[in-house]
Amino acid sequence: MPELVLTVNGGRRSLDAPAGMSLAQVLREQLGLTGTKVACNEGHCGACTVQVDGVPILSCITLAHMVEGEVTTIEGLREHPLVAAFVRADAVQCGFCTPGQIVSAAALVAARPEPTVEEIRQNMAGNICRCGTYPRIEEAILQWRG
Amino acid sequence: MARLIRTEKEVEGRFEEVWLVVEEDPLEQWPEGPLDVVGRPAERLDGPARVRGEARFTADLRLPGMLHAAILRSPHAHARVRRIDLARALAAPGVRGALGPGEAKGLDEEAGYAGAPVAAVAADTFAQARAALHAIDVDWEELEVVLDPQEAVAREQFTSEPARHERGDFDRALAEADVVVESTYRTAVVLHNSMETHQAVCEWVGDTLDVHISTQYIWGVRAEVAEAFGMPADKVRVVCEFMGGGFGSKNSAGEYTFVAAELARRTGRPVRCALTRREENTAAGNRNATIQKLVAGARSDGTIVALGGEFVNAVGWGGWSTMTDGPMRMLYACDNVRTVCYGAKINAPPMKPFRAPGFVEGTFGLECLIDELAARLELDPLELRRRNHADSNNGTPYSSKNLAACHELAQKHWDRRREVRARSDGTWKRGVGLASQIWFGGGGPPSYAWTRVGSDARITVVTAMQDLGTGTGTAMAQIAAEELGVSLDRVEVVLGDSARGPYATLSAGSSTLPSVGPAVRAAAADVKRQIIEIAAQRYDLEERVLDIRDGTIVSADGNLSVPLEELLGVLGNAQILGKGARGPNPTGMSVNTFGMQVAEVAVDVETGEVRVERVAAVHDVGRVVNPLGARSQVEGGIIQGIGHTLSEVRLLDPGTGRVLTTTLDSYRMPTIADVPEIVCEFVDKPDAHLTSLGSKGLGEPPIVPTAAAIANAIRDATGADVHELPISREEMLRALREAEQRAREGAKEKVGAR
Repeated sequence: MPELVLTVNGGRRSLDAPAGMSLAQVLREQLGLTGTKVACNEGHCGACTVQVDGVPILSCITLAHMVEGEVTTIEGLREHPLVAAFVRADAVQCGFCTPGQIVSAAALVAARPEPTVEEIRQNMAGNICRCGTYPRIEEAILQWRG
Repeated sequence: MARLIRTEKEVEGRFEEVWLVVEEDPLEQWPEGPLDVVGRPAERLDGPARVRGEARFTADLRLPGMLHAAILRSPHAHARVRRIDLARALAAPGVRGALGPGEAKGLDEEAGYAGAPVAAVAADTFAQARAALHAIDVDWEELEVVLDPQEAVAREQFTSEPARHERGDFDRALAEADVVVESTYRTAVVLHNSMETHQAVCEWVGDTLDVHISTQYIWGVRAEVAEAFGMPADKVRVVCEFMGGGFGSKNSAGEYTFVAAELARRTGRPVRCALTRREENTAAGNRNATIQKLVAGARSDGTIVALGGEFVNAVGWGGWSTMTDGPMRMLYACDNVRTVCYGAKINAPPMKPFRAPGFVEGTFGLECLIDELAARLELDPLELRRRNHADSNNGTPYSSKNLAACHELAQKHWDRRREVRARSDGTWKRGVGLASQIWFGGGGPPSYAWTRVGSDARITVVTAMQDLGTGTGTAMAQIAAEELGVSLDRVEVVLGDSARGPYATLSAGSSTLPSVGPAVRAAAADVKRQIIEIAAQRYDLEERVLDIRDGTIVSADGNLSVPLEELLGVLGNAQILGKGARGPNPTGMSVNTFGMQVAEVAVDVETGEVRVERVAAVHDVGRVVNPLGARSQVEGGIIQGIGHTLSEVRLLDPGTGRVLTTTLDSYRMPTIADVPEIVCEFVDKPDAHLTSLGSKGLGEPPIVPTAAAIANAIRDATGADVHELPISREEMLRALREAEQRAREGAKEKVGAR
């Protein structure tokens, strides 16, 4: 099997992964990083969002072998102040989309530490939440530093 | 004492007479208003696990040797399998087992809709299983297809007998009415689209079957699976600690459950069967379409004297015909009502209950009609609703009803309409609309909870309920903490496992909190009583002078103040155990939830674009246990309601009956960019007749009035009556043209009269 070398959450991982595997599959099935969720598996909902070199990407439609750069998943962002902000604001219901929301939001606040409501709406519109926690997410990001 | 009663049990607006064993709940209700823990905002206890991606959903479970199943679905809207050959599929790479029609519950020879499950394959990987489906040869006999619900009604092709309701003398009352309005409303099929698709992982451990499943009803799945496999229910263990949304679509075991269990039995390996998003949007259920022909008659003073409705529920091949006429029968005081609901059986995917099934659809029609009536009567829509307040449910008293208080709280939002209209600007017209809400949500027995306290004075609540993500688990912890007099951080809730806890209700019909909550309180009271008994002996005081406050045993005179852990240290590794049961519902009373929403919209009269700018929600659900979680339920319901109103529609290919909107780019759910300002208020008054908690459920009520409030705001902004959900631009422009036409004719009539 073709060797795959990935840097995930700061650690270098060498894996045997068949060509054609998505990054989401490799993360979840080979590395056991199940915090990244797959909800549509075709790039429409944002649940599978991870960062590559700080940029949010959809891991379910990214071929693992094409990834160049450092991958950051929710497991690498567990201590991010956004996590506490989401819990405080009740920006979580079922929680299936939430890790992806955190990954997207972390990229946003890294680029814009004090995002406006418009910027939040623009940058978070690719992450669908069927439970409808959007107003809470907006509040959590506005007050992410506590 | 256990009591055997014959009672009417309600779930999602469906009533049945059942025998129930109930236990009395002798606890007095707590006083009104926020208490120490209950009634105060609490962060959800499982919040960090969910946000950090640590929560293990069914989708995350990987068992050693686990196989993956894929399901073959009918390409035809109606067909029968003449012959099926699984041999080539069984020989395909990685395949370990295959099932044909009749070999697992849910796999049938007759496919009643495009997407109906027919056969299944299990393989080492999901990709292999899916590939092997192509190797299954099926010889189909195509059968006659009916896709039009009105054609189904004309042919009397029903899912059940038409449900008729008649009271008073409808014909006479309508004939004598001063004003009569008539309209036909249509609502589209919409899809649940829980983020976690329907799925199960099944594993046989000896003669026990473990079912890990994303479900709203652990105990229902247990019973269904046990029956399908002819085994004792206790040999089936059903686990669902975290689940990624259901909204009514996951109330029972589906074909994926039986397929996984049967393939696991045949292969001796654990099997996962998970629907893809496209399967989810084809075959996992939907809110069915409706056609509602409605009529209302009123006296000139605004008294509604007659209400009539013919409702067609386009149910699909399976599912049931909802009480779409419920709002018409229950929302207003009206002596003369005639309704009929037809459940049209068509060759389309089966409906499943979706967050207040029937009432969301029926409230849209009724509340739009009431606003048309208000316009004809030249009466303020809120005033018209006040004048027709129903003091009882057609003679049956309500256990509590604070709709009038909702009207009062809504008044200030309604009073904004002059200012909102004045903000109309160019082609953008603005307006305000409102709608009322009635729904069920009282829950009922049985449901049970256990509690245990150890020497560390931490309390564990054990109940085999499921938390869909609504935060009911956290509410249970609050209730236990309140009853015991300890802080919330001392309470643990163990849920989601039929082998680890007692029976708890189905989480549908807004029933979890009002059903399980009182059982948890009773279980907490049971351990509290025992702690007090021990304290009385330890400190040589009478039980009646002792209490627990802030985790401390205190005496009435203030002389004793001992931390719980000091007293309970005597336990060592022993525990104090408590149990509690949900008591009966009040007899001879109607238990319902009420509310009102006021929406503000902007309509571009040139393009037909509609934007919702603000929704104010006022709800009456008895005592609110967690205001933080309650607000989230209201916001979530409104946002789903906005989706139903403006963008969501499941489309079928009229030629083949296949679902066209299977993906999330074609089926458009609201995003964060579509969300208006949402204001949320509660009456927050305990229902004095309903359990020791006085709480009703809140999962469903907030989605009920949203569509009608938006439609009525559109009428206020533009004078146009929309008659269809979703309100597409086409529908909006049609309604605007119709309103213009009406205005021109009105002007002509005036000229002619002169």
